[in-house]
Amino acid sequence: MTPLTASTAAAPGASKASHVNVNDFTILVATANGTGSQTANSTLIRTIMGMGLPVSGKNIFPSNIQGLPTWYSIRVCEAGWSSFRRVPDVVICMNPATALEDVRKVAPGGTVIFDAPLQLEKMRDDVRFYAVPFGKLVSQVTPNSKLWTLLKNMLYVGAAAELLSLDFAEVEKALRKAFASKPKALESNLLAVRIGADYAKANFPERPPFRVEARNLTAGKILIDGNSATALGACMAGCTVLTWYPITPSSSVAESLQEYFAKHRRTPDGKHTYAVIQAEDELAAVGMCIGAGWAGARAMTATSGPGVSLMSEFIGLAYYAEVPFVLVNVQRTGPSTGLPTRTMQGDLLACAYNSHGDTKHPMLFPATPEEAYRMTMDAFELAEGAQTPVFVLSDLDLGMNNWMCDPFAYPETPIARGKVLSKEAFLKMPAGSWGRYADVDGDGIPWRTLPGTEQDGMAYFTRGTGHDEKARYTEDDAMYVKNMVRLSKKFETIRKLVPAPLVSAAPKPSRTGVLAFGTTHYAVEEARALLRTDHGIEFDYMRLRAFPFTDDVKRFFDAHDHVYVVEQNRDAQMAAMLRIEIPEVAMKIRSLLRFDGLPMAADEVAAEIAAKEPRR
Amino acid sequence: MSSTLPPSVPGAAPGGASQPAKPQVNRLGLSQKDYGGVPSTLCNGCGHDTITAALISAMWEDGMNPYKIAKMSGIGCSSKTTAYFNSKAWGFNAVHGRMPSVATGAILANHTLNSVGVSGDGDTASIGIGQFVHAIRRNVPLVYVVENNGVYGLTKGQFSATAERGAKSRWGDENQAEGIDLCGLALELGCTFVARSFSADRKQIVPLLRAALRHRGTAVLDIISPCVTFNNHEASTKSYDWGRTHEKPIHEIGYVNAWDAPAVDYPEGERIEVPMPDGGRILLRKLGRDHDPRDRESAARLIAEARARREFLTGIFYVDGDAPNLVDGLNLPAEPLATLPESLTRPGRDALDAVMESFR
Repeated sequence: MTPLTASTAAAPGASKASHVNVNDFTILVATANGTGSQTANSTLIRTIMGMGLPVSGKNIFPSNIQGLPTWYSIRVCEAGWSSFRRVPDVVICMNPATALEDVRKVAPGGTVIFDAPLQLEKMRDDVRFYAVPFGKLVSQVTPNSKLWTLLKNMLYVGAAAELLSLDFAEVEKALRKAFASKPKALESNLLAVRIGADYAKANFPERPPFRVEARNLTAGKILIDGNSATALGACMAGCTVLTWYPITPSSSVAESLQEYFAKHRRTPDGKHTYAVIQAEDELAAVGMCIGAGWAGARAMTATSGPGVSLMSEFIGLAYYAEVPFVLVNVQRTGPSTGLPTRTMQGDLLACAYNSHGDTKHPMLFPATPEEAYRMTMDAFELAEGAQTPVFVLSDLDLGMNNWMCDPFAYPETPIARGKVLSKEAFLKMPAGSWGRYADVDGDGIPWRTLPGTEQDGMAYFTRGTGHDEKARYTEDDAMYVKNMVRLSKKFETIRKLVPAPLVSAAPKPSRTGVLAFGTTHYAVEEARALLRTDHGIEFDYMRLRAFPFTDDVKRFFDAHDHVYVVEQNRDAQMAAMLRIEIPEVAMKIRSLLRFDGLPMAADEVAAEIAAKEPRR
Repeated sequence: MSSTLPPSVPGAAPGGASQPAKPQVNRLGLSQKDYGGVPSTLCNGCGHDTITAALISAMWEDGMNPYKIAKMSGIGCSSKTTAYFNSKAWGFNAVHGRMPSVATGAILANHTLNSVGVSGDGDTASIGIGQFVHAIRRNVPLVYVVENNGVYGLTKGQFSATAERGAKSRWGDENQAEGIDLCGLALELGCTFVARSFSADRKQIVPLLRAALRHRGTAVLDIISPCVTFNNHEASTKSYDWGRTHEKPIHEIGYVNAWDAPAVDYPEGERIEVPMPDGGRILLRKLGRDHDPRDRESAARLIAEARARREFLTGIFYVDGDAPNLVDGLNLPAEPLATLPESLTRPGRDALDAVMESFR
């Protein structure tokens, strides 16, 4: 078959537009789900990345298998910003059901590539329309009508690549990667791209005012979703037990981890150094995790908000029984049939103080795939180090979307399993001196023993709060209080172990602060640039990376007149936690909230801050 | 100890009563006391305490490594009892109805542990029915004892889901819902060891427990265990009197380990011998019924008929010693996952590089 590169000329088409947007625009692909557009969209992303340009992709999809509208937003940005853009510049309309709405979304001066029978060209006169008869063209790719739905996607890849001046060598490279093990499919997909491109070339002498020009900004970078990064972190952390129950958007954490396990976690004689159980529900998933953590495994579960709710009773038990495990919560919107495939930072309070009685749990907030990888590893160290459940709070935006980043570093330090008392160490202690819940080191963290150790005096009986330092049952009031105070002390130790926030100071001293965490980071860092150039507003920025809050948080508030706390939920949950944990900062908090299920947009954050800040 | 069974403790003379001076020791040199726990806090005469004592005897007679037992339980009177035996082993009193998941996790971490789960009828048949079902589905290597008294003890006498329709409470009110037959349910789910017993029938329980402790999969033992405080009254179908007058053992049970002296033979024609994968044998002497516990259909019939006739049949309904268990399917190394060294649990740089390359 002819290589794609031979079929097209590099010359940009004639354009009457005075301004051509080079390397800074957003493409929205509108399809119905179940049509197989994922490979097409990732081909577009990989092509742009291959051309050396920063790019990010966001999947806006319904909770459905087939037929409902789905959108894929691809942002190419030479400056490197990757926050969500609500208004697309280029729209590819493949879904009749949403075509009218999709055309209305396009920015003035934008471009619409659409399936010709939809006849959208009269809808607006401030955008350019490119009608492609995908239905007709696809029959030229193959007579096998079963493949038409899939291959139509590659036709739009071809047309868009031609119209936006993408490099066809990169398109081909991306396809060869996607279809590495399916040579027949590769051939038909390459042909579809070429037919789409040829049609655009032959029929559209007037080019859209958007063009991708190659740069050299992505050398060495990878493109990865947060859930894969989390799974890789768990695999590298030496996680040995994964127990889970499927729930969007966390399922791919468990599925990816199983793939990494299968490939990279075998003994020389082929045995598995891991166990995975798909449980019957989240209660069982976390119960298994706790049983495994108790018996000495590095155990984890991955879930989302509704799963955390079901796990709550067990999480409380693990807190009091001091059993380590890692809980990855890929947050989504709402319970039941809410918006389960949309993103949210809505489980902060549900996780930080999860369960009944007095409970509080460490949480880590990854914002990038590197952090998802790194913090998942850290979570295991912290869980075993402090003998307590640790939450990794990711979200759908980070977990299920593709992000460009540097490759991950190999862990620098060996695995530390925390205070596990060996038989040898036990025998060196004065007889009868060890107690499962005794604070011998003054950090609130006791020494534990592992079931099965063959030594008298090392076994103990595990239960909830009603125990003394030697794990014997008691309802003694003073002993209860002593144990609770020790658990608080342990939480203070944890405060010293969690990652500190990252602070980025304004070029000159500012009395305005912004605090964000997780994926709101992207909107905030870009809003910062927008505010600087458009309004001359500067602020200091703190990105929180963990709960409990380190002392840096109070210092940040002390140094500012007010702090915008940016988060994706209605009830300002992070602000509420700040008020609970550091009451004196309460009056300085200004909440900046979005809770529509879409990733936060930088221009909206900038506009809201600009409206509230005095002009400089 | 049963007089019809062979001595299971090498070195101990048959009829140990003739040697009172020295405590008998088992093949590990341990006395029965070594398998004891903290004193029970249950009501005087509670059926559960008899089961605890039987567990101690069974573990001792069998010569089980006491350190390698994991004592798992949920919440309820029954679930407290794991503290009352074998203090050399770790115990986990988890949350209500969730013992099976915690036990499953512990087994994943350390498959060399022998898990003994003790639950009750509330803990299993109501709040924990889901985990009961799925542990059986997976054939988790677990002795699952249900101390079944038909009532909630700790919350003072409410009906449980195993109380029969029409059963009367201590206060005279009648149970309106159908009771769950845990043996019938377990068998339907594919359970590989299904038995029923009566806590007062110590002669039966000890060898039954020994067989269950040697079983490689989930062994469900539904043991009717009277609640002396809330369900031992005249109208109860879970009382001592009712049990004593209604229990019909389907066979006499004996268990012989591979290392035991040759067994006393039951007469030909009355005897059924079930070999276990570790070389031990379950010896059964038929009592009027021609039921082979390796026959699932026969077991199903027997349980269904007993239910229809309201008969209290006890014994081993079904056993399949060879069925693969949860651990068999996991392809684990001999060393427990819990203690694998970093060299086996953290992939090397080349592995990370390969993954990174796949995302370029």
